Amino acid sequence: MNKHFGSLHVLRDIDLTVSRNEVVVLIGPSGSGKSTLCRTINRLETIDSGSITIDGRPLPAEGRGLARLRSEVGMVFQSFNLFAHKTVLENLTLAQIKVRKRSKAEADKKARELLDRVGLADQAPKYPAQLSGGQQQRVAIARSLAMDPKVMLFDEPTSALDPEMINEVLEVMRTLAVEGMTMVVVTHEMGFARSAANRVVFMADGRIMESRRPEDFFDHPETDRAKDFLSKILKH
Amino acid sequence: MNVLLDNFALFRKGFVGTLELTLASSAIALGIGVLMAGCRVSPVRPLRILGGVWVTVLRNTPLTLLFFAVVLGLPRFGVVLPFFTLAVLALGCYTSAFICEAVRSGINTVPVGQGEAARSLGMNFGRTLSLIVLPQALRAVIPPVGSTLIALAKNTAIAGSFSVVELLGTYRTLNELGYDIVVTFLWIAVGYLIITLSISALFRFLEKRLEVAR
Repeated sequence: MNKHFGSLHVLRDIDLTVSRNEVVVLIGPSGSGKSTLCRTINRLETIDSGSITIDGRPLPAEGRGLARLRSEVGMVFQSFNLFAHKTVLENLTLAQIKVRKRSKAEADKKARELLDRVGLADQAPKYPAQLSGGQQQRVAIARSLAMDPKVMLFDEPTSALDPEMINEVLEVMRTLAVEGMTMVVVTHEMGFARSAANRVVFMADGRIMESRRPEDFFDHPETDRAKDFLSKILKH
Repeated sequence: MNVLLDNFALFRKGFVGTLELTLASSAIALGIGVLMAGCRVSPVRPLRILGGVWVTVLRNTPLTLLFFAVVLGLPRFGVVLPFFTLAVLALGCYTSAFICEAVRSGINTVPVGQGEAARSLGMNFGRTLSLIVLPQALRAVIPPVGSTLIALAKNTAIAGSFSVVELLGTYRTLNELGYDIVVTFLWIAVGYLIITLSISALFRFLEKRLEVAR
């Protein structure tokens, strides 16, 4: 699969398969295309050539098919993107009611269960702006989970957070991983990559350089690019 | 000497005419304006072109010319409507172009991520726009829409030249009856002020309301 932004070739000959229940962590320097790759999976970015299949079916181009697929692929953003004009509870119920056609009572019940699971049951009536970054991101994860997704995509979920809030989000993600959720995670949290990932995919300049088990990658990187990257971030 | 009290019925008829024109045209302008703004940001190219052409044509045509086009043009195609309806159509469509652009600028104030989050949850374009983007755009849109509707209220005066009963037109009768034209216009201005200041008040109220809502 390939993608260009104008003359910039951001994704070059990407070939990646994620198995069911697998947790794949995408790492690499800024501008390496990992976020873009993550966003192509639910077609928030289009691709120029190649193909993407989810659950054996090719990614629909537009319209109803794409909407249905997106409802089964959860996405968590760097900037949370909670609906600012809705309460926390409404954030979780809106798509359940409008897209999944669940009754309000059913959606409410599911939403409260999930809020409880991410430790925010008491925040339901608040607006997103009243929560801390870490709390907002946990709500965003719960919002995605409310749709019963088959896959979860995380696009740098902790990059906009204060250091003390990163762990509460990673903890929720770690639990998800343990429970067998299929996950694609773009992150700079090497600790998470090492402990929670089944596979680490290292990208640079739009290419996948390495795709290996975390312990192999971190302890014995094969490519010079990966060695260079790891030496820079693991120095401190 | 007392223009207003002697001719209160006439003034009232004109005032009600202007009010009706304003209300009906506002409804059309808001409806079509929001619809066209939706078209202009839609992923479907033909709709985007439709919205673009609508705004370009209507925003760049003098309103009086549009009145002539509607009043003289439509009957040629066998469309026979009362003058009031024709005036509402002309005013509504003309103003919808400005409403469209105000709404579109409001849509642009909503962070892209809001739409992306909605789409990633499986919402289609219509739901994303109506449930997520437009409600958040509303606050930014209210002041310019208020100004546009005030302009609309004043533009209704043109309908008087096309056989529609409205406030400004009352001066003709009163002038023939020999009343002081300056005093007549003064009272007409008061009539317009009542309508325009009411619109201002309504929109200030809406602005306050939405500020508390989050």
